Amino acid sequence: MYLDYVIRRFSITLLVFVLAVSINFALPRLTPGDPVEQQLNQLISTSSGSIGDVKAIVESYRARFGLDQPVWRQYLDYWGMVLRLDLGFSLANYPERVGESIAAAMPWTLGLLGMATLLSFAVGTLMGGMLAWPRVPRWIGWFAAPFLVLSAIPYFLIGVVLLFVGAIVYRIFPAGGGFPFDMTPGFDAATILGIAWHATLPALSIILAQIGAWAIGMRGMIVSVLGEDYIMLAEAKGLSQRRIFLWYAVRNALLPQLTKLALTLGHLVSGAILVEVIFSYPGMGYRLYQAIQSKDFFVIQGIVLILSMSIALTMFILDLIYPLIDPRITNKRS
Amino acid sequence: MGPDLAKLFRGNAPLAAGLSILGLLALAALILPMLVDQSLAQVGAVAPRRPPSAMHWFGTDAQGRDVLTVMALAMPQTLKIGLVAGLISLTVGVTLGLIAGFMGGWIDAAIRTASDVMMTIPSVAILVLVAANVRSMTVDLMAVIVAGLSWMVATRAIRAQTLSVRERGYVQVARLSGLGGLRLVFIEVLPNLLPYIAASFVIAVGQAMLATIGLEALGLGPQTELTLGMTIFWAQFYGAIIRGMWWWWGPPIVALALIFVGLLLTSAGMDRVANKRLGGL
Repeated sequence: MYLDYVIRRFSITLLVFVLAVSINFALPRLTPGDPVEQQLNQLISTSSGSIGDVKAIVESYRARFGLDQPVWRQYLDYWGMVLRLDLGFSLANYPERVGESIAAAMPWTLGLLGMATLLSFAVGTLMGGMLAWPRVPRWIGWFAAPFLVLSAIPYFLIGVVLLFVGAIVYRIFPAGGGFPFDMTPGFDAATILGIAWHATLPALSIILAQIGAWAIGMRGMIVSVLGEDYIMLAEAKGLSQRRIFLWYAVRNALLPQLTKLALTLGHLVSGAILVEVIFSYPGMGYRLYQAIQSKDFFVIQGIVLILSMSIALTMFILDLIYPLIDPRITNKRS
Repeated sequence: MGPDLAKLFRGNAPLAAGLSILGLLALAALILPMLVDQSLAQVGAVAPRRPPSAMHWFGTDAQGRDVLTVMALAMPQTLKIGLVAGLISLTVGVTLGLIAGFMGGWIDAAIRTASDVMMTIPSVAILVLVAANVRSMTVDLMAVIVAGLSWMVATRAIRAQTLSVRERGYVQVARLSGLGGLRLVFIEVLPNLLPYIAASFVIAVGQAMLATIGLEALGLGPQTELTLGMTIFWAQFYGAIIRGMWWWWGPPIVALALIFVGLLLTSAGMDRVANKRLGGL
C-alpha cells in the first residue's frame, strides 16, 4: 500500500520536473526570432551600454544553445545542462553565473519563509483550536476576527502598509535590505541581530496574513474532532479541559493541518516572493524582480526552474513523511 | 424566489456581507468611469506628487495623474480580469471534472494526474515565464494566461461531487429509464452540482485575481493599461512608499483588500449553502 502511494507521488514529482524543464526549454523557442539576439537587443535598448562585450556574449550563447542542431538534440543538451545545474550566465551582470546568483539568494528566502511559516503555523493552529473549543472565553473570538479578515489579503499588500507605518511614519525598522549597509556579515550576535531587525517587517507581513488561514483550517478540524468517542471518553474520565484540548483534540486535528502545509506550499512561496520585492529583501523574489526589470532572461528562467523544482521536491518529501505519522493517509486515495 | 433568497441570506451573514461588498464594488466600477474626466488619467495631466486636496480628492501621482481618476478606470479592468479568468477556468474545470467523474478509467486517471501536476507547479512560476516571453501584455491576454493555470480547483471539486452524485438514486433511476450520455449529465447531474459550481467560481475568481496582482507587482502586467495591480507597481517603482505618498498606493490597496475580503466571505457563505444542499458532506 505504502509502495503504491510512493510510486504515485514520485511519478507526479517526476512529471512536474519534466514539465518544468520542457516549458523552460520551449517557451523562448516558441517566440519568433533568435532568442539570444532578441534578448540582447532588448537589453541594449533598455540599458545604457553597461553590458560589456555584447559580441562575446552572443557567440558564447549561440554555441551554448547549439541553435544549428536539430530540436531533439537541443532538448537533450538542455536536460544535460539542467541536470548539471548549469543554468548559464546572467546577462545583466555578466560574467556572474545564474547558479551563483540563486545560491546567494536562496538562504534569505528559506530563512524568511521558514521562520514566518513556523511562527504563524504555531500561533494560528492554537488560535483556530481555541475558536472551536466550546468552553473558551468570548474575547478570543473578538481577538481572532481581524486575523481572519487579514488572511484574505495578499501578503505583499499588508507588507506595503507595514513598511509605511513601521519604517516611514515611525522610523523603528529599516526600510529595506537584508542586513545593515555598514556591516560585514559574520557569525556574531551583531550580525544575527541586524538580520533579525531587517527581517521583522517582511516576516510580520507573512505572519499576519497566514495566522488566519491556519486558524480557519484548524477550527474546522477541531469541530469535526469534537464529536469523536475518544473526546467523550476523556471527559468521562474527568481529565482537565486543558489536557483534553491539547492532548486529545489538537493532537488529532494537527495532521490534516500538516497536509495543508504541503498543498499551500506553492502559494506560500509565491506570496513570500512578492513580499521580498516590497522590502528589497535580498532573496529569490527580489532577485527575480531585478531580473525582470533588467530583462535578464536566463536569471528569470533559472529562478523559475529552481523554484518549481524545489517546491515539487519539498512536497514529495512531505508526502512521504505523512503516511509514516498517520497511516490513514495511504488508505484514502480518492 | 424572493422569500427563498431572503431566507438564504438571513441565516448566512457571510454570504450576505460578501455579496454586498462585491456588489458595491462592481457598482462603483460601472458608474465611476462615467463620472470622472478621463483625460486626468493621462501622464502629465495634472501637477505631480500633490497630496489630496479639494481639486484632487485622492491627490496626484509622480507621473502627473489624478489618482481618483486612475482608480475609477483601473477598477473595472481589474474586476474584468478576475471575472473573465474565473469564467474561463470554471468552464475548463467543470468540463474536465464532469468528464473525469463520469468516464472513470484511464481518462479519469489522466485528468487527475494532470491536475495534480499543475497544482504542484507554482502558478506564479509559469506565469512569470509566459509573461516574460510575451511582447506586450494586455488585460485580455493576462486573463487567459491566468485562467490556464487555475482550473484545477474546480476540476477536483466537481470530479468528487460527480462521483458522489452519479451513484444517487435519482440518477440511477434516470439511467435505468433510458436517459444516457449528455442528457443525463445536463438534466440530472449538472443542476445538482450548481451550488458547487458557484462556490468553485468564487474561488477561481479569487485565485485569478491573486495571480494577476502577483504578476503585476513583479512588473509583468499590462504596462500601458490601468489596473489596480499596475497602480501599486508604479507606486512602488517610483518609490511612493519611501516618499510617504500614501494617497497613491493607499486607494488601490484598500480596493483590492475589499475585493479579497468580499470574495472570502462569499466563498465561506457559499460553502455553507453547498454543504447543506448535499446533506453536509
